[in-house]
Amino acid sequence: MKYALLIYAEPGSHEALPPDEYEQAFGEYMALTADPRCVASGQLQPVSTATTVRVQDGRTLTTDGPFADTKEVFGGYYVFEAGNLDEALELAARIPAARIGGSVEIRPLVER
Amino acid sequence: MFREQWGRVLASLVGFLGDFELAEEAAQEAFAVAAERWPQQGTPANPAGWLVVTARNRAIDRIRRERTLAEKTRLLEPPEATVDEIDETVIEDERLELIFTCCHPALALEAQVALTLRALGGLSTEEIARAFLVSAETMKRRLSRAKEKIKATGIPFAVPAAHLLPDRLDAVLAVVYLIYNEGYSGRVDLAAEAIRLGRLLATLMPDEPEVHGLVALMLVHHARREARFAGDQLVLLSDQDRSLWDASEIAAGRATLERAIALRGRGPYVLQAAIASLQTDEQIDWGQVAALYGQLAAITRSPVVQLNRAVAIAQSGATEQALELVEHLELDDYQYLHSTRAELLRRLGRTEDARAAYRQALALASSERERRFLERRIAEL
Repeated sequence: MKYALLIYAEPGSHEALPPDEYEQAFGEYMALTADPRCVASGQLQPVSTATTVRVQDGRTLTTDGPFADTKEVFGGYYVFEAGNLDEALELAARIPAARIGGSVEIRPLVER
Repeated sequence: MFREQWGRVLASLVGFLGDFELAEEAAQEAFAVAAERWPQQGTPANPAGWLVVTARNRAIDRIRRERTLAEKTRLLEPPEATVDEIDETVIEDERLELIFTCCHPALALEAQVALTLRALGGLSTEEIARAFLVSAETMKRRLSRAKEKIKATGIPFAVPAAHLLPDRLDAVLAVVYLIYNEGYSGRVDLAAEAIRLGRLLATLMPDEPEVHGLVALMLVHHARREARFAGDQLVLLSDQDRSLWDASEIAAGRATLERAIALRGRGPYVLQAAIASLQTDEQIDWGQVAALYGQLAAITRSPVVQLNRAVAIAQSGATEQALELVEHLELDDYQYLHSTRAELLRRLGRTEDARAAYRQALALASSERERRFLERRIAEL
């Protein structure tokens, strides 16, 4: 089963780490990307770059900023092929954001 | 008879089909067929085997009828099982796997509780709904949402790996104890149900001291159920009529506790069971009770446990020391902090302070029974 691991973190939380811990976290993110079970991954640019689009009555409304104004923002994702939820949970717990005040949401992908 | 078999049969079917909902439907069908046939044709020699094979066949028929379902199950080539092979069919006990699925932390706690009662306890949706004071419709939705989540998210049907086991076992024990405590407040006999579940777990995991600890704790508490209330009035432990205690249940609880201690158990349930057991002694060793509460507080870091420790210290004669401990607890919104403080103040002869503290407790009391109890204490000052 494919699982999306959606990473939420407070903006600047990673950058605020001491340099050695920052290096360590960066290495951990890379190690997860290199894991053979990792199908896809991506890191988003900061939330300050977000633009939101809605279409109402055929008109496109474009606004500056994210869809929801929250303390933790969506910052990146992994997609893993895992045997069951427990395996996905273990991978999620290895994501550095989860231990530096952020959280990881796990959602299985629709199989097509 | 049927409820005895339910958990085992369902567990085997979930394991075989890899689909909770499908397994439950098939099990229900098989039990319905059994209810019709067994009284006339006699109970088969291997009832669980008969039920599992019949249910498997029903499920396979259903899958064949609804081809698309086959893709969603672990069945590629459904093996044909016939009732002839039943006697040779050894039904592996997969109830432990089922328990860990039902109590998976990815499910909401109330769903874990309901699912455990349904799957392992064999209670009907209506019975569970009644026990938790919700409509049958609400409970049905809660159960089917949980089963859908198990399927959609791939919650495993497995005993967790060793490094996950302690946490996951804690979650299972918490669910069983929650069921027990629901039963303690006086509705449907959930307390007896929780004890049954606990004993099942102890059979399946005989080397886990905390499982035995929980069973012992529930047994010793359950043994005193008839003495806890006189009509509508709450009766304190010291005032309880010991002849109303169930001596055989206390003995069973103590034997279970000994098993836990022999396994070197020193976890929260073992400690609580040891405390409960000491409190059934004719002469309670309050110093020992206080020491055990001290150990429990060190593990749980709970101020409520500290409050209980203070009560034990007071019972051992050190009222001033107990009051000192109580005054330092941050539990202002907790009724029992104030009622305990009141009792200690009363013993120290500080009647006015005691009255004020009882009033604080009264303001926080949530049940009519407890309000009456506190009013009686104020009147007695």
